[in-house]
Amino acid sequence: MEHEFSFVGKPVANVQLLGHVTGETEFVDDIVFPGMLWIKAVRSPVPRGRIKRIDTSKAERLPGVVKIVTARDVPNNYHVNMAVLGIGPPDEPVLPDKEVNYKGEAICLVVARDEEIAAKAARLVEVELEELPPVLDMEEALRPDAPVIKSWGVNAHIFGSGLDGATPKGGQGRPYFLVKRGGVEAAFARADYVVEGSYLVPPIEHAPIEPHICVVKPEPGGRLTIYTATQAPYFVRDNVAAILNIPPSRIRVVSPAVGGGFGGKVDPEFEMQVAVAAMAVGRPVKWRWTREEEFTVSTVRPAVKIEFKDALTKDGLIIGRRARLLHDSGAYTRTSPYGVIKAVFNLSGPYYIPNVYYQGYCVYTNKQPSSAMRGYGVFEVSYAVELQMERDARKIGLDSLEFRFRNAYRNGQVSASGKMIDDAYAIETMREAAALASYPLSAHLLRMSSSG
Amino acid sequence: MAKLRGRGVAAINYPTGMNLGGDPSQTVIVAQPDGRFIVNVASIEMGQGLRTVLAQIAAEAIGARLEDVEVRFGDTESAPHDTGTFASRTTHRMGNAVVAASQEIRRTLLDIASRMLEVRPEDLEIREGRVYVKGVPDRSVSVKEVVNQAQFNYNTPVVGKGHYVKPKSPVDPETGEADPHSTMAHGCTIVDVEVDTETGVVRVLNVYSVYEVGRAVNPRLVEGQVVGGIVMGMGAALTETVYPKYPLIEKQAASFRDYVLPSAGDVPKISYKLIESPTPTGPFGAKGVGEMVVNSIAPAIVNAVYDAIGVQITELPITPEKVLKALEQRRSGQA
Repeated sequence: MEHEFSFVGKPVANVQLLGHVTGETEFVDDIVFPGMLWIKAVRSPVPRGRIKRIDTSKAERLPGVVKIVTARDVPNNYHVNMAVLGIGPPDEPVLPDKEVNYKGEAICLVVARDEEIAAKAARLVEVELEELPPVLDMEEALRPDAPVIKSWGVNAHIFGSGLDGATPKGGQGRPYFLVKRGGVEAAFARADYVVEGSYLVPPIEHAPIEPHICVVKPEPGGRLTIYTATQAPYFVRDNVAAILNIPPSRIRVVSPAVGGGFGGKVDPEFEMQVAVAAMAVGRPVKWRWTREEEFTVSTVRPAVKIEFKDALTKDGLIIGRRARLLHDSGAYTRTSPYGVIKAVFNLSGPYYIPNVYYQGYCVYTNKQPSSAMRGYGVFEVSYAVELQMERDARKIGLDSLEFRFRNAYRNGQVSASGKMIDDAYAIETMREAAALASYPLSAHLLRMSSSG
Repeated sequence: MAKLRGRGVAAINYPTGMNLGGDPSQTVIVAQPDGRFIVNVASIEMGQGLRTVLAQIAAEAIGARLEDVEVRFGDTESAPHDTGTFASRTTHRMGNAVVAASQEIRRTLLDIASRMLEVRPEDLEIREGRVYVKGVPDRSVSVKEVVNQAQFNYNTPVVGKGHYVKPKSPVDPETGEADPHSTMAHGCTIVDVEVDTETGVVRVLNVYSVYEVGRAVNPRLVEGQVVGGIVMGMGAALTETVYPKYPLIEKQAASFRDYVLPSAGDVPKISYKLIESPTPTGPFGAKGVGEMVVNSIAPAIVNAVYDAIGVQITELPITPEKVLKALEQRRSGQA
């Protein structure tokens, strides 16, 4: 039943617009406090190395330097990221105490009167590193002879044992997430065609207008206020509480207008460090990432490689699919197991494939950590699925849309994860797109429906 | 040398909300003595228009005037828990919480107004900031007056609280059986490209997109997402990566000099259409829109280039260098 709405469905102007164009909107960069200090990081020049010695003496002597913050200043350096996700293991330190695992990883923080002094002092900190062989390639990382960069002995996340935020604790565990349905072997045995493909999406930067920026202000009574450009204030609060060992309710997180996020401001990737610095010096401290840090240190969309093998009939149906997905988590876990699970659930696309066997690996390499970006998990899957669909259609000799119509899922069918489909609109959506683009469709496609 | 044209298709679906659920959103709406409603959320305004959309939802559900609703966001001190603004979840998850909170406000308003007007609450209706006796247009009282009376004469706080969560789905570790999402939105993009065989440059000429969104609470803001998604998808398809030699870390991009984004001059001719198909799980039927609009673009562009040159390039971005190599491959008969 259609209702007449007063406001829903109306093209109301964005209430933020006027403030943005007049410069009235307040961003974190506009927030300053008397006596506020600034941070610059000393960053690893190598993708993997053991920390032998950190000499801060020269830097400390520079006038205007207040403190050099290292791992020793962090009350609880390793913690499970984002309590609500419950994803472990806690493999990422706030500041590294033993080794660095990607080029650009912050080793220690200089807190100084202004950014210039902090930057100058950061160059005076001497870090002695013993370089270790890095792992950069995902396939190589999974080989038994690869350098092992994770304490549990394999460069992949272990799914099914309770650390992936999804499956029950105490399970067997395997280095990939598995979705299987029907009988994929039998489907391939009776296939008229088998089509394979391998697709790669590389790491992509969110590139928001506003780089990461955060100011932490200690308050009376052991409380603190965190002003930060985040997409998830409660993630920030929980993580900072965990690493400072204080109750979350003592922390107030304020996120004024954020200058673009696209997923790059979901992970609390630097607020913890600013909070440690502010607590260590007892003064407000601000950290403003440069565009270079945004590109080289902040999270990126993960590189994802997807291999498909489809079993097709000459009627143009996909009766089986095998998939192997490799997701480049970079050096640390962050949200990657979540991204992998989401990706694997969606490897059938908007199509009905009765027999599937999907494996998704969350692979660790010595690169900046990846995490959420617009379309997380599914962006890469949609890319690979739609290139594979094109390959399949050409193999059978069917028109691109005709092939997709024949395989589109309908209400009443089940998804790869066994969920009953009740909101299918692929057929209707494709038909409208064809009409919009004057793409010729055969008469029988015009009569199809997601409910029939 | 020639300019080859091609057309490509991509059909997609995208789940609304955090995968597997378990991602609560809460809100508290507090009426002020001046008759305005403050909607407190820890969600984030980052350009997408959350303040506008949630105000539309609250005004609709309360029966208030839109200008009397103000959304305050991003503060853990004033707003109860919210998981975060990501996973295309805010309009759906927080929108549902705002509807629930608005209904509590509405019940309180009707209760107080029924005492003021001496009629039963079910005989009242709220429209555009006034409470009317149904069928008696000249017997009404303004929402502002009701809020004021509630606080000063009827000893009643006009506060609404709302909560929404899709309970976390268990996952069978052996089969992956699970209930991952509340609802799926759908999209289909058709793209026309022109490939310059001399330079390898791909130009996107036309983008035709259709998205099935449940309900477009604000079609203007959805348009912003659609157009932004097209441009972001073009960048992913044609130019963007921080590791041009992936997986090697040499030549890592460090500035917009090394990392080229599409600009205004690259924006193609865009036609789009929204299909509305209200989901019973969402506020007024809305599904999540913000992310899926980027997902259909890159595969449609790459498929269009496949159509134009007869070679399928499989690794993004499809730079002029890769296009020229693919053309060379075709000429030498390897493709």
